[in-house]
Amino acid sequence: MTLETADITPPATPSGKGKSLLAQDTRTKKRNAAETRFKAYGIAALAFSILFLAMLLFAIVRNGVPAFTQTFVTIEVELPADVLDKNGNRDIDDIKKVSTFGYNPLIQDALVAATADIETDVADGDLKKMLSSSAGATVRNAVIANPDLIGQTVEFEVLASSRVDGYMKGRVEREDLERDRNLDAAHLDIVDALSQTGGVTRKFNWDFILGADASESRPEQAGMGVAMLGSVFMMLVVLLLSLPIGVAASIYLEEFAPQNWITDLIEVNISNLAAVPSIVFGILGLAVFIQFAHLPQSAPLVGGLTLTLMTLPTIVISTRASLKAVPPSIRSAALGVGASEMQTVFHHVLPLAMPGILTGTIIGLAQALGETAPLLLIGMVGYIASNYPDGIASGFLDPNSAMPAQIFEWAKRADPAYYERAWGGIIILLVFLMTMNIIAIILRRRFERRW
Amino acid sequence: MSAIWIIAVIFVIAIAGYFLARGRALASAGSDPRKMHSLPVYYGTNAAMAAAGPALLILLAWLIAQPLLINNSLTQYLPTEIRGDAGETSLAMADVNRIADGLDLAVAQGAMTVEEARNLSVETTDIRAELAAVGVALGSDVDAATLALAQRYRGATALGDILKAVVVIGLSLVGAGIAYAMTNKDFRARRYVESAVKLILIAAASVAILTTVGIVLSLVFNTIEFFRAFPAADFFFGTRWEPSFSGRGGNSDLGFLPLIWGTLFISLIALIVAVPIGLFAAIYLSEYASPRVRSIAKPMIEVLAGVPTIVYGLFALLTVGPLLLSAFGANGSFHLGWMSGGTAAMTAGLVMGFMLIPFVSSLSDDIINSVPQAMRDGSLGLGATQSETVRQVILPAALPGIVGAVLLAASRAIGETMIVVMGAGAAASLSMNPFDAMTTVTAKIVSQLTGDGEFNSPETLVAFALGMTLFVITLALNILALYIVRKYREQYE
Repeated sequence: MTLETADITPPATPSGKGKSLLAQDTRTKKRNAAETRFKAYGIAALAFSILFLAMLLFAIVRNGVPAFTQTFVTIEVELPADVLDKNGNRDIDDIKKVSTFGYNPLIQDALVAATADIETDVADGDLKKMLSSSAGATVRNAVIANPDLIGQTVEFEVLASSRVDGYMKGRVEREDLERDRNLDAAHLDIVDALSQTGGVTRKFNWDFILGADASESRPEQAGMGVAMLGSVFMMLVVLLLSLPIGVAASIYLEEFAPQNWITDLIEVNISNLAAVPSIVFGILGLAVFIQFAHLPQSAPLVGGLTLTLMTLPTIVISTRASLKAVPPSIRSAALGVGASEMQTVFHHVLPLAMPGILTGTIIGLAQALGETAPLLLIGMVGYIASNYPDGIASGFLDPNSAMPAQIFEWAKRADPAYYERAWGGIIILLVFLMTMNIIAIILRRRFERRW
Repeated sequence: MSAIWIIAVIFVIAIAGYFLARGRALASAGSDPRKMHSLPVYYGTNAAMAAAGPALLILLAWLIAQPLLINNSLTQYLPTEIRGDAGETSLAMADVNRIADGLDLAVAQGAMTVEEARNLSVETTDIRAELAAVGVALGSDVDAATLALAQRYRGATALGDILKAVVVIGLSLVGAGIAYAMTNKDFRARRYVESAVKLILIAAASVAILTTVGIVLSLVFNTIEFFRAFPAADFFFGTRWEPSFSGRGGNSDLGFLPLIWGTLFISLIALIVAVPIGLFAAIYLSEYASPRVRSIAKPMIEVLAGVPTIVYGLFALLTVGPLLLSAFGANGSFHLGWMSGGTAAMTAGLVMGFMLIPFVSSLSDDIINSVPQAMRDGSLGLGATQSETVRQVILPAALPGIVGAVLLAASRAIGETMIVVMGAGAAASLSMNPFDAMTTVTAKIVSQLTGDGEFNSPETLVAFALGMTLFVITLALNILALYIVRKYREQYE
């Protein structure tokens, strides 16, 4: 203390006459310098956080945007009737008997025809390495959907393989291919030639947003759609459970609970649950819903239940805040004209608090939507979400993935083409979160009253 | 009768009760609502609640209890050598349940008649094939004893289901009847309805307690199970973490120390990044920044808090890791060779630090703002500069709160999962080098529970012991932090 006092009081002996008041002495200069430095630290800290945010956004956009476009190869496939429909009666069951392998030779022929003008030393049999292995299925599905195509020559846009796609996006260089068994540099010459004539094009890929996940070897085909549905079903469960339970709990705690140890216990529990690591909720979900209640693994229902327990404290805390913000005069007025306590709350306080409650709920939902760790434990990762659920019930109960779990799954896969998809998935996820938060902000701005 | 039908019947009874009771109340008052104690709607609601409430509760309890009770009573018919072992028992009972459900399904789909299903025998029918045909895959062929148990299970379940329907629907009718009988114009229906609603509210509030109880029970039971199979001392003081999934004979080293070391190391790096930056940002925003700067910068920092952790994880794995490697790796720009892979304690720690900045800064901002203005004015009035005021008046006054905020941030860091799963590596080591791969408690919970290990093996159960320690550590930190923050708030309020 004495040291500090000495610091601030001027020196005991006047430091000489003739000194202007306007000129700063050394100590003042020092103090002012310290002030400037301190302020600079603050600005630096702020700038650093904003710089980091910018870096994060830059990394997401730069790495993720290419995932929304995909390279397609246009080929004209001959669909001979003697291969695809041996009986010639266009019976759909007969046509279905030809597997995707049956279509591969046709595609190969089409490729040979397409590259006829290009000089290359790639063997005819190796040409199909340029295409995704889903090409056969693409053609087959088109034929099954429209059997009249048989016997014609039809133009198809099929997915290029992920290496070709990477080359078109600048991710794969020619040198990278030297040790690659999946593609040779000679293929890239063909790609270059084809892209000049318009045979190879890069365009917006809706299948990335709406499509299903694909196996590890076909990153070009993988999409987010099924996982998105999984997330939607999960959020439905969370919304349907956590909003009523959360609001009911908050009403009790805020309006009715007597001051006693049980109320204290509930409040302590809620504030602690809000800070429990999310992975612990995953353990809870695994032990209670799967191990004990035998609910199906990887089901959005279980994910939703687990996330509900995680989101409840958030919703309770924000709901209580908005109930508290309704002024007591409203309650007094309602009670004064003869309403019961319950009527006061449900007819007057709750409607006035609703905008705040909805805002809090949306923010809680957004939090739950981005949560990954609990989903790892209940098995929503590692499952290849390649089937759309075929109804409401199967949407809740069939194994599925969720958006963040799908992103994690892609990030774990070995092929770098999946990294691009993981970043792209993050863009989709962030668009969802941003929309939810903007809705919450608009709700708050438009409907929240200041009393 | 399946549960859904029972519920449908209960609803019909409830709706009927609503209109009947409402009509009776109105009739007793001569159709003049002013003579009634409560509004007409309360009389109806009272009857509907009496019809549905207890019946649905009993139904729920029954649905949970019946399979447990039947399985328990059937276990005594298992051979003694199976009964001795809990794992074998549950496997055998799972088989029994599967066969019984499969037979029910076969009957429901019309693959068998009721008599056929009842008179099956292992000699004459290939039950496994029959059940496979209706979509129930069995692990092995069915032996006579298991089939007998399955039939017994079906018998008990069928009896239970009938009893359940009778009891639940009867209860619903009785409830509606009593409510109807009590209804007249002087019946205080609103009181009853409101106390029932209050009970529902209380039940909703106790979900929080139930969740905590659920967490504690699921952790405690499995942890006890783990310590039965693995010595506690080896867990808490073991310095090697090398689980083996192939050998089931306890060949694994499941030492806790390397994991907690990694957790604390990474959390420390994160706090070293987050606390100064977050604190200085908060000080600048609350003491220096103009309202305009504040209104732009504060939301921007808070955006960081809304970003899901999977995004940070990916950023650590694919951006920060390679960046650090290119600086500190063997072929890096400094030729230091400190780092051998992109995933390291430093990678995870740095990114986690960034994640915690908004957490620290918004908490500290609140705390600094709650220091009374009079203290600032006093200090400035004595001639102190603004930074001197901050350092010598505001920070000491806000210190307890800031300590609380740092503790909360630490608890966040310790419990964070995705960033360390993706950014920190998988090897457990007691290294001092922040550029080494390390692993944490949370990352190992994930890897042990998502592996293919058997549920009863110590390699899987160890995750629950890890979860338990994690829960205890974070809970202690949270309680301590909340206590400090609350004490501090009271000081100035």
